[in-house]
This record gives sequence, structure tokens and C-alpha cells, in this order.
Amino acid sequence: MDTAVNSAIGRVDSFFEWFGNLGIFFWQVLRAAVTPPYEWRELIRQLDEVGSKSFPLVFAAGAAIGVILSLEARYSLTRFGAKSMFPASLVYSLLQVMGPVITGLMVSGRVGAGIGAELASMKVTEQIDAIEASAINPYRILAAPRIMACILMLPLLTLVADASGLLMGWFAQTLVEPLSFHQFIDSGFKTAHLNSFLPQTFKTTVYGLIIGLIACFEGMRTRGGAEGVGRAATKSVVLASLFLILSDVVMVKLILVVFP
Amino acid sequence: MVTTYDIAMKQSESKKEDSAPIVAVKELRKSFGDHIVLNGINLSVNRGETLAVLGRSGTGKSVLLRLIIGLEIPDSGSVCIHGQNIVGLALDQMGEIRKKMGFLFQHAALYDSLTVAENVEFPLAHHRRDMSRSERGDRVKQLLAEVGMEGDLNKMPSDISGGMQKRVGLARALALEPEILLLDEPTAGLDPISSAEIDDLILKLQRERKMASIVVTHDLHSARTIANRLALLDQGNVVIEGKYEDLQQSDIALVKEFLKQS
Repeated sequence: MDTAVNSAIGRVDSFFEWFGNLGIFFWQVLRAAVTPPYEWRELIRQLDEVGSKSFPLVFAAGAAIGVILSLEARYSLTRFGAKSMFPASLVYSLLQVMGPVITGLMVSGRVGAGIGAELASMKVTEQIDAIEASAINPYRILAAPRIMACILMLPLLTLVADASGLLMGWFAQTLVEPLSFHQFIDSGFKTAHLNSFLPQTFKTTVYGLIIGLIACFEGMRTRGGAEGVGRAATKSVVLASLFLILSDVVMVKLILVVFP
Repeated sequence: MVTTYDIAMKQSESKKEDSAPIVAVKELRKSFGDHIVLNGINLSVNRGETLAVLGRSGTGKSVLLRLIIGLEIPDSGSVCIHGQNIVGLALDQMGEIRKKMGFLFQHAALYDSLTVAENVEFPLAHHRRDMSRSERGDRVKQLLAEVGMEGDLNKMPSDISGGMQKRVGLARALALEPEILLLDEPTAGLDPISSAEIDDLILKLQRERKMASIVVTHDLHSARTIANRLALLDQGNVVIEGKYEDLQQSDIALVKEFLKQS
């Protein structure tokens, strides 16, 4: 019984210690990011790495979700005699919920694992120590550009997912019941306004922060050789995805309150 | 008017500066959990001097170098660079100190996504923004020529051998013209010929640059070749410190055993 209690206390302790260390890490990165010299070249490289190279995956995921939503929505709405609501239901489902979340999870998997593994590999081979020994701030050159790139690219990638989802959702619908794209968009956005999807798109900057921060944190504190690298990559994806979903619970409520 | 007294005072101050240790470690303690690695050691190195730190594997030699460059924080004690205690300094302050130091890691720690030339250029690109790209390029070629790697500029670290990686690591460590050079097992894992080449290279650089150097090694032959003084670590303490002849004349059992087995 005592062992179980001690073990539980130990786990709680580790949990808070992890958060504390993450907070310190975030502060170090923030300080490094706002003080010159700025690593513009590295930031541009990371924008390409996070943004351009995630484009095909996000496009494909968005397209697949668009088709799935189209098939499911059409079936459900037809049952309830609300087939005319199909375009609006697809637009709202994609832009408000599925587009941001799917983009976040796809990028968390691809970019989170990539950053976590890359930095973990650098850590176990002492490359990060070599950077620090060369009087270069590793938070400035490694972490800050990666986190900034994630923050800046997530909203743009979300728009890509939304666009591909709408396109393929329309296409799937047209195969069953012809509907011009113009009619589809017109009908779908008839009752929409900017507040319907802009906050949901820009909330993905928080996703980007979560993905970049956790991946960099886990990567840069890795220990234990190849096993450690694998563990860092896995933890980066799992924790980033988990916190992304949890943060969405809070942000959805916040958006509904601020933008009723 | 400058008098002969003024000149003599200046020369005297200059001599004092030269004789004051550039690196001084006092009562340094470090442990990892229950394992005590360093138990209150005292060492110092002057300008133009090479100190070899010897000992069996796991005696804290590499930890000592990491403490000196600030990659580890000691439990107690001080690490003084030019008289300034660097323990507890913030990262940016530590950066100013590190610009005066060059560190060769045991496995070179080259950046594996950069070419040989880019690796050497890396510290220059960040700290010598006053240099043009072509000036940096010339400096990189000069550094690589010093270590005999001028023909391998565009190779990746994975394309070159361990000995060649150490040469590139050494060139990178020298990029900012450091006053202090820290070398972690520079000949570890190398064949005897490559080891001798690295030793000759270190000697040549020492003669030319007059840096204060600390070399961590378990290779006694290498230590004898390149070092002015040797210090033997065991169980967290400095067992003996002095010239090789002092070690030979020592009655300490561990020293005799170490010399016999090397």
C-alpha cells in the first residue's frame, strides 16, 4: 500500500517537474527569440521545412476528411430531410472543427516527430553541446526558429486543409448529385461571416506553439543514445497531440464566448 | 614623459599577467546522484602551457572539461577564467567567456547536416559578422590547411574517417583564435599513426599560438609528447601533479601501476 502511494506521489511529482522544466525552457527560448542577433536564415529554412514540406500531407488529409464528411453529412442530412443544408454543414464542420484539428494532428505527427528526433539525435551526439561551447545560444539557433515556424505555418496549413476539404467534399457530392462549385460555395457561405472561421483558423497558432515547444523541449533534453532518440520522437508526437486536443477544449469555449 | 621606471613596471605587469593562471579550478566537486565524480580538485593552467589530465575510464576527466567550459554546473567550488569565477554565470555572459575557448569533443561532435567547410565556418558566421563571406571562406581554408584537411571542404562528416573528423573538430575549435584549448581524448579510437599525427598537430599549434591547453587522455605516450605537466585523477582526487619525471619518481602505488600498464 505504501509502495503504491509513494509511486503515485512520485508520478505526480514527475508530472509537475515536467511542467516546471517546460516553463523554464519556454522562458529561455522566449528570451533568446526576442534578443538580437536574429536567426532569419534559419527561420526561413524552418518555414520551408514545416510549411512547404507539410503541404502534400495536409492537402491529402484535408481532402480525405472532406470526402468523409461529405459522405456522412449527405447520408445524415437526407435522413432528416435537410439535404439543402449540406454545403453549409460541410463548410462549418471543416472550417470550425475538422480542418484545424486534422491539420494540427498531421503536423504534430510529421513535424513534431521530425523536430524531436532531429534535436534528440543532435543531443546524444553532443552537437548541441558543441553549439553551446562555440558561444552560440542553442535556444536561439535551434529552438526559436522551429517554434516560430510552427506558429506561423499552422494557420496557413489549416487554410490548405480547409480548401482541399471543401474541394473534395464538393467533388464527392457532385459525383452523386451534380452541383456547381459556385452554387456549393454560395450556399455554404451564405450564413457564414469572418467570425465563423477566422478565430478557428488563427487558434492553430497555439497548436503550432504546443507542437514546436514540446518537440524542441523533448529533443533537447534527450538522454540515452538511439533508444533516447526514439523515445523523444514518440513523446513529442504523443504529448503534442494530447495537449493540442486539450487546448482545443479551452479555446473552443473561449472563442464561443469572445465571438458569440 | 615615459621613463625607464614606467617601462619596467609595464614589463613587470606583463610578466605577472603571463604567470597568473588563465584557468584555475579550486575545490571543485561534482557528483551524479550518489556517484562522486570530482571530490574537491585543484588545478591551474598558465598561458602557453599544456596540462594533461590522466586517469582510468570513469574518473571524471571529461566531466572536468565540461565543468571548465560550463556545460556542467559543479556542486561546489570555483572555475576561474582570467580570474573570473564562471560558475553561475547566465548563458549570455558565459558566451563571452566561451569565445576565448576552443573545445574538441571526444567524438568531434561535428554538425552532421553541414559540410566540413560549413562546420568550421559555423562559429565565424555567428561571431565574426564583420568578416565578408569570402574572408570567412579564406579563413576556413586556412584553418583546414593547418590541420591537413584542405582537400575535403565539401565532404560531409559521415564521408570522412574518425581521425579526419577530429582534425575538422580541431579546426573548428581554433576558428575564433581561442586563448584556451580544451581537448577531450583527442587520440581516442585512433590507430597509432593517426594518434601520432594528431599529437604532432597539437604540438605545432601550441608552438605557434601559445594557448593554455588542457588535454584529457588515458594515453600516457600522447600525454608525454604534448604536455608540460601531467595530473593523475583517481576517485575524484588529483593523486599527483607534475612533470612526467615526477610521476616516474613517485612512490604512490597507483601512479606506479598506471605507468606500468600504459
